[in-house]
Amino acid sequence: MRTADLLSSSWSAIRSHKMRSLLTMLGIVVGIASVVLTVGLGLGTQKDVSDQIASLGSDLLIVSPGSSTDDSGTRGGFGSAQTLTLTDAEALASTVAVPDAVGVAAEKTSDLSLEYGESNWTTTVTGTSTSWTDVRSRELLYGDFFTEDEVTSAADVIVLGSETAHELFGSTAVVGQDVVIDGDSFEVVGVLAEAGSSGDTSLDDLAVVPMTTMVETLDDSGASEAVQTIYLKAASSDVLSAASQEAQNLLLNLHGIASVDDADFTIDVQDSLIDAATSVYEQLTILLTGIAALALLVGGIGVMNIMLVSVTERTREIGLRKALGAAPATIRNQFLIEAMILGLSGGAIGVVIGVGLALALPSVLGSTIVISGLALVVSVVVAVGIGAVFGVYPAARAARLAPIDALRDQ
Amino acid sequence: MTARRAAPHDEDRQMTSPSTVMLDLDAPVIELSGARKTYLTGDIEFEALRGIDCRIYPGEYVAIVGPSGSGKSTLMNILGCLDVLTEGSYVLAGEDVSHMNEVSLASARNRRIGFVFQQFHLLPSLTAVGNVELPLVYAGVAPGERRERALAALDRVGLADKARNHPGQLSGGQQQRVAIARALVTEPAIVLADEPTGNLDSRSTADVLGMLDDLHAEGSTIVLITHEADVAARAQTIYNVTDGQFVGDSVGIAK
Ligand SMILES: Nc1ncnc2c1ncn2[C@@H]1O[C@H](COP(=O)(O)OP(=O)(O)OP(=O)(O)O)[C@@H](O)[C@H]1O
Ligand SMILES: [Mg+2]
Repeated sequence: MRTADLLSSSWSAIRSHKMRSLLTMLGIVVGIASVVLTVGLGLGTQKDVSDQIASLGSDLLIVSPGSSTDDSGTRGGFGSAQTLTLTDAEALASTVAVPDAVGVAAEKTSDLSLEYGESNWTTTVTGTSTSWTDVRSRELLYGDFFTEDEVTSAADVIVLGSETAHELFGSTAVVGQDVVIDGDSFEVVGVLAEAGSSGDTSLDDLAVVPMTTMVETLDDSGASEAVQTIYLKAASSDVLSAASQEAQNLLLNLHGIASVDDADFTIDVQDSLIDAATSVYEQLTILLTGIAALALLVGGIGVMNIMLVSVTERTREIGLRKALGAAPATIRNQFLIEAMILGLSGGAIGVVIGVGLALALPSVLGSTIVISGLALVVSVVVAVGIGAVFGVYPAARAARLAPIDALRDQ
Repeated sequence: MTARRAAPHDEDRQMTSPSTVMLDLDAPVIELSGARKTYLTGDIEFEALRGIDCRIYPGEYVAIVGPSGSGKSTLMNILGCLDVLTEGSYVLAGEDVSHMNEVSLASARNRRIGFVFQQFHLLPSLTAVGNVELPLVYAGVAPGERRERALAALDRVGLADKARNHPGQLSGGQQQRVAIARALVTEPAIVLADEPTGNLDSRSTADVLGMLDDLHAEGSTIVLITHEADVAARAQTIYNVTDGQFVGDSVGIAK
């Protein structure tokens, strides 16, 4: 039998039972539509998060003290070492040594208790420079960031994260109020706009003071020169690696270290944060896809069920076709192709419905749905595969029917 | 109890035959020797055919008669390659089909046999011409040629104008004529008809039997199974089956 005849024969068998074929496809339609939707939703959420993190600056380099990995691959002294200093930060700000960086902000942090009247709240207090808002891509909700003058004079001024302000004052409009740290009174000059969270650290629970104030008034570590982090903002994400290279060379030079392998600092790119967040949403996507796969399994069982009914119902037809010279393999292929056409049609309809919902839902739910061409193609292929897998058994049953028994069937 | 070739070919018909299946007219189309068929139902063995010998020659019109349960349909299934013998041999158009597997049997049916069934067995979803084309579809014939041959076969049974009708839009007699066209379209070695008039009224019966007479006159080899004496009377040769055996001498009827 010619392939074209096999296809058209299967197709006309499906068309002659329109309603049943549609109902059979329904399971696959629902399964594929939900696969398209869930994958789209997963990818969309992932994109939202990436965008959010990218808005914090994917042009950002993070220099930390200590080496990130030793020979055994574990972190050695990362973050806790005191090998980064204010001098390093000043050197990195040089436009000659690091021409591709447009901003540098060193951070010296300390967990301290803030008091206002009866309430107190412990948060991370960061000492830094005026370039911090630009480098960390932060904006103010109320008031202003501290000024260069206030840094020079080591003024007792403080900028609060919105969450911190809320915890202390029960409100964010608190510019002009005073908070007390270690008995010293600080004037709130500004409140930061919300920035969400990165991983599991909130970006809105913090307090920022001038670096000089931090060193002179608040820090009691005895290592006044040491800083925890230096942020470098590259001119653009294109020159990020160039900036990283320049910063590395400068710091190796300053620290008198010959080989990169011995570096007592680490330079990271913000991207690694994106990776961490992305993996969470990948897991979510896998979970949702698993649920959709179950829906598809149910759809596949539906196909098998109807194909078995169809084989029983068409016993006489099968007998006749065999009497007229159809080999067992020909009969088997016809039923297999029928099941695959059901899968293909169900898959195609499911993709159309899934894409339709993906276009309509975001305006209702307010969530982003990303439609990936690959996911659509894979969905349809999977649908055809399901037709084939669940069609094998009914098709084999049809092929095995003895022609005389089949012809006698009433 | 050996059934002999009853009627020799008369000179006239050999001359006028437009199409004979075999080049060698003296070689039988069907040669059954010691044919036995045993059915096994649970533990019970039942011998439906008990040693049948039979030769049917090209252009012969044979009727097989016998009471219900005598083994006529069993014999027809064997002759039609729908089933295989338990014992004995069956040579069809020079090809020993006794021990063929299912795939080869399917091919033998497709090339050598044209079936006409009591229940017509037309596919309701196909048109008349679509039904007639079916054996050619399984033979792998290209669509254009298929259509041409199917229309020619329908023309032979006088239904050229009903080619586009579905079986539901045809009378019983017309449906059976479509089935005959389907049996003819591959130019088979034999046309096997099992009670072809069993479901027809007297007018359609006459119609269909007339059709078979015409085919015989044109040189087709026909094996007709029936339990009606007047139907069998149209054939040249009559074999009488009782309890899975041919009884008495086959009756040759001069036409
Ligand atoms: N598949 C089978 N399994 C067991 N026994 C069978 C089978 N087919 C036929 N038989 C038996 O073989 C015998 C012959 O059956 P067959 O169908 O050939 O009779 P028949 O001559 O065609 O009868 P009818 O004129 O009623 O159609 C019957 O006794 C029947 O019961
Ligand atoms: Mg019978």
